[in-house]
Amino acid sequence: MSVAIAGVASRRRGERDWLTTAVIALALLTVPLWLPWVGGYTALASHVLVMGLVAMALNFLLGFTGVMSFGHAAYFGLGAYGTGLTLRYVSDSTMLALLAGILLGGIAGTVLGALIARRRGVYFAMVTIAFGQIFYYIAYSWNDFTGGYDGLRGFSRQPLQIGPLVIDIQNNGTLFYYFVLTVFAVSVALMAFILASPFGRTLLAIRENQRRARFLGIPVDRHIWLSFSISCFFAGTAGALYALLNNFADPTALHYSLSGEIVIMVVMGGMRAFWGPLVGAAVFVVLQDYVSSMTVNWMSFIGLMFVAVVLFFPRGLLGILRRRREA
Amino acid sequence: MSMLQARGLTKTFGSLVAVKDVSLSVAPGELRAIIGPNGAGKTTFFNLITGFFPPTAGQILVEDHDITRLSAHQRVKLGMGRTFQITEIFPELTVRENIRIAAEVAAGFGLHMWLGRSNAARVRERVEETLALTGLSAKAGRLVGELAHGDQRAAEIAMALALKPRLLLLDEPTAGMGEQETYQIAGLIRRLHRDSRYTIVLIEHDMRVVFNLADRITVLDQGHPLADGTPEEIAADPAVQAAYLGHAA
Repeated sequence: MSVAIAGVASRRRGERDWLTTAVIALALLTVPLWLPWVGGYTALASHVLVMGLVAMALNFLLGFTGVMSFGHAAYFGLGAYGTGLTLRYVSDSTMLALLAGILLGGIAGTVLGALIARRRGVYFAMVTIAFGQIFYYIAYSWNDFTGGYDGLRGFSRQPLQIGPLVIDIQNNGTLFYYFVLTVFAVSVALMAFILASPFGRTLLAIRENQRRARFLGIPVDRHIWLSFSISCFFAGTAGALYALLNNFADPTALHYSLSGEIVIMVVMGGMRAFWGPLVGAAVFVVLQDYVSSMTVNWMSFIGLMFVAVVLFFPRGLLGILRRRREA
Repeated sequence: MSMLQARGLTKTFGSLVAVKDVSLSVAPGELRAIIGPNGAGKTTFFNLITGFFPPTAGQILVEDHDITRLSAHQRVKLGMGRTFQITEIFPELTVRENIRIAAEVAAGFGLHMWLGRSNAARVRERVEETLALTGLSAKAGRLVGELAHGDQRAAEIAMALALKPRLLLLDEPTAGMGEQETYQIAGLIRRLHRDSRYTIVLIEHDMRVVFNLADRITVLDQGHPLADGTPEEIAADPAVQAAYLGHAA
């Protein structure tokens, strides 16, 4: 009897997850149709996807491995610089530049992660900040190469060429949006696939109880390192898209204040929910866009909202929906 | 050959000697109980055996292999499964997921991104088998954090069993349990010992459980073995009675 009930309960949970995914997919695919009606514009939607991807990348680590990084902007920013520098100095292939950004962010994360993963708790968070700031100061001071304080200019995303087919993502914002959406979808599908694997379950185990995980024979440090590296590859992907979106990369994309904003998106959206960080990023980016046109103190509004969410809905915005429907 | 052997095992924390020159040997298939008053060093002894921290002096051997320098997860690979005095589980996952993680890691799939059909089937079989053995099949879909205390303890034992351990170490499995739950867990341990032939080392305060289940008993007092023998020998030992009952009273 109770087997049957439990079975039904978990099937319901699975159905609900699919429903959420379907709704989000439909909303994202039809953005150019409905966005103008609510006063948005396509570049804003692309920005939401970019920040949504880096927030989901951080949540791979925070929500699904239980480890807090306060320096994820570093790998996001490295992705942006990797892409910008490639377009500026090396090649005019958008795909090659994207790949360079992903690799720069991801490999930096993998190398530094080997040093970071042995730390725990607040020490882990502090070390992530410290390494992040190193890249900030490099980009800030290396005027000749990175453009220093003014940022890296003088590059622009190029049309995609697939055989005889040319997709003009350079000038057509809608086509670029779909390009970003494609990269976003592939990244998110990969994350979901990893999380559903035996390896992904060891990460959940580490989140739930590190001591138990260790005494089940999971080499906890190594798995945290792998999770950190994977997370950084996706953060680098988001950063690469960011550079393509703005045709610009600047040191603030590496700064720890951006790392803090990414954490806010994740927590606000709900770190236990797979799509939570995307919702958090959407709220953050849209609010930033609207409120900053009215007042320079836009951050106060986001701060107030953040405090309200944390106090009253500790499971985040998507967590509210979940609870409601479960009740 | 003994399954587990400790030779002159010692652990000091600063000036405190928690475990002092402990030597013992557990035969394959044996159920050994370790008893002693609070602070006798029982859990510290477990932590040394399972690699929670390294000993100050002494050696640990499993089937004549020296494992003194191995890490905790390496010892698990050699066949050591343990439970803790305070239940250590994955509270926000279901009972089945808890056990599945243990089974997958034990089968060497901890880094796999994909299981073939036959591997997945093998894991599933192991999980269902373990659920049935521990009487948790009916609760497999529930979040383990929402279960009653006794069922959480059973789930923790199930996770250790899913590892297919050759040596099972249980730290006070009936701690904090009522009469009924204690009876159930004791029954489970008896089945594991008699029917499934597990080698078990058990720390336990409930003397009825100890004297009913154990093949041999080691009494620790102030970090050192006071006596070692069959339940009958231990019950008749005047030194044990003096020290142990003296402490208890």
